[in-house]
Amino acid sequence: MSFIIISIIKAAVVAAALLTTLAYLQWIERKVLAHIQLRLGPSRVGPHGLLQPLADVIKLVTKEDLIPPEANKFVYILAPFLAVATALVSVSVIPFGREIEIFGYRTPMQLTDLNIGVLFILAVSSLGVYGVALGGWASNNKYSLLGALRSSAQMISYELPVSLALVSPLLLLNTLSLGEIVQKQAGFLLGFIPNWSIFQLPFPQLLSFVVFLIAGFAETNRIPFDLPEAENELVAGYHTEYSSMKFAAFFMAEYANMITVAAVTTTVFLGGWQPALPGSLGHLAPVALFFMAGMVAFYHGFHPARARDRMTLPVVGAAFLALSALFLVPWVQAAFLPLFWFVVKTGVIFFLFVWVRGTLPRFRYDQLMAFAWKSMFPLAMANLLLTGLAVGLWG
Amino acid sequence: MPAAVPLSWYLVLSAVLFSLGVAGFFFRRNIITMFMSIELMLNAVNLSFVAFSFQLKQVSGNIFAFFVMVVAAAEAAVGLAIILTVFKNRATLNVDRIDSMKY
Amino acid sequence: MNTVFFLVFGLIVVVCAINVVVQRHPISSAISLIGVMGSLAIIYLQLGAEFMAAAQIIVYTGAVMVLFIFVIMLLNAGSEEGGKGPLTVRLLGVPLLLVFLGLLSYLIQRLFSDTGPVRFGDFKGGSPADVGRALFSTYLLPFEITSVLILIAILGAIVLARKELD
Repeated sequence: MSFIIISIIKAAVVAAALLTTLAYLQWIERKVLAHIQLRLGPSRVGPHGLLQPLADVIKLVTKEDLIPPEANKFVYILAPFLAVATALVSVSVIPFGREIEIFGYRTPMQLTDLNIGVLFILAVSSLGVYGVALGGWASNNKYSLLGALRSSAQMISYELPVSLALVSPLLLLNTLSLGEIVQKQAGFLLGFIPNWSIFQLPFPQLLSFVVFLIAGFAETNRIPFDLPEAENELVAGYHTEYSSMKFAAFFMAEYANMITVAAVTTTVFLGGWQPALPGSLGHLAPVALFFMAGMVAFYHGFHPARARDRMTLPVVGAAFLALSALFLVPWVQAAFLPLFWFVVKTGVIFFLFVWVRGTLPRFRYDQLMAFAWKSMFPLAMANLLLTGLAVGLWG
Repeated sequence: MPAAVPLSWYLVLSAVLFSLGVAGFFFRRNIITMFMSIELMLNAVNLSFVAFSFQLKQVSGNIFAFFVMVVAAAEAAVGLAIILTVFKNRATLNVDRIDSMKY
Repeated sequence: MNTVFFLVFGLIVVVCAINVVVQRHPISSAISLIGVMGSLAIIYLQLGAEFMAAAQIIVYTGAVMVLFIFVIMLLNAGSEEGGKGPLTVRLLGVPLLLVFLGLLSYLIQRLFSDTGPVRFGDFKGGSPADVGRALFSTYLLPFEITSVLILIAILGAIVLARKELD
């Protein structure tokens, strides 16, 4: 019985945290993108635009919900739900930390540890294409249909490199359960190189890491592979006709997919919640990081040139210092240090997504397909064969 | 209500699926829907294989279902390519209109 | 629990399968077929075939059905015209099918009346490790032949589909 209660509580906590993160990822992306392009980004709603996601949600909920008269109503309504559901489900098998004790009940920081976890993620992500394809078809609009066709071709093509790149580290780690995958990446080589699968002997998986990340960009329809919604060719692609909450659902699905790709990359290639620094350095990293962030915030808060931030930045700085002090408490350290490392690694990969979006132009469609079949696929295949050989000889 | 159903229920479910597949194949005139009915029949057979695998506590049934699945995937690729070609040449998906081999 | 599981997903499978047959628009049939395949995957899980459940979703729902929907969208296939079909099929079709189904069910009940109840967890041999071991030892030759078959299918599909280009 207590298992069911704990599971429900965990699911609620993860869902709440995930949905809040989704809303704020969009704020982070807009801010980072703005700074890359020397703009300010959202800055009107709340200090530094921090309440912008809330305003966006209110705007989207209260907007009129249009259904095109010639659309297939059932499929039109089904598609955004499919998109968002398949995008959110895969988070349920990602491990966020080691076992913790709540009210005397030991439970891992993971919703469920399937022994076919990796296959589950592949299965769920292969369903993601339906939301896009059906949504584009049901809108009964030529741009939507073209976007949907492009996206289904693109996602089927890039699923191959994704799966092949994911298989190679599994050869090293020898398990499909994500919880065990993280545990097998514990420890350090030579005392300072973390034993993650991108560094792990006998065959470091750097190549498949790169392939997985690039193909992950394509799977999530992000720039430079955002052909399904290329706005200068297709208006907005598959969600041209969608408005209000249905549009928001597609938007959420895109960000949830990004989180999934980042989290899976972290778990399989970057050691999940294992620390990046050995010994006590790993314990002190969050303290030092939050301390530095707090000091920077204080410095800018009291800078004479930034009179507008006199009130807000010192508060932020104090919050960071409090967090820093909190990570010195042994109980907090034991429970949340793994979570800290997981969030840091996932955050770095998410930042990479935004960075690439701010930097690279879009591919042409034939280039996109040629890239999948002529570079990504052979690279992943060669890497798989070499890994198999290395594991067979020295594993 | 019994705590667990006997294996024969799974086999009956498989038989129902198979019959529906046969019905779809005979009654529908759209070539794509007919093709989907064939997939339905293959799925029904797979269910039987997996159920027998459970009954005999052997992995062979799973393996056989796996092979059926692989062949179905290959068949779908070729079949849909044929459908595309037929549509390009005849501009119809109705099997009653694709009858020039009869005469 | 096992019974509830079977009844719920069995019902979904049957309703979706009927929908596949009676819907007039190919996209509706395709969506129903996706429902059939997804629910079948869950029934496979109950039967201890973990790998098959995952493969069912990845191969059937994730690849084959996407291909179907892709082709339906590409051809912009509309609803089926009301072709009547031959008289014998219309008159005898449904009764003959019911007879066929009844016969099958009778045979199953007759031959497998002594089978034990299906409880989740009784059979654990369907894990990826077990399937892989069997696939690469006992069934190595069929496995290799299947890969050749897939190669042939790929080539066939390419040749068929590129004809209209020139």
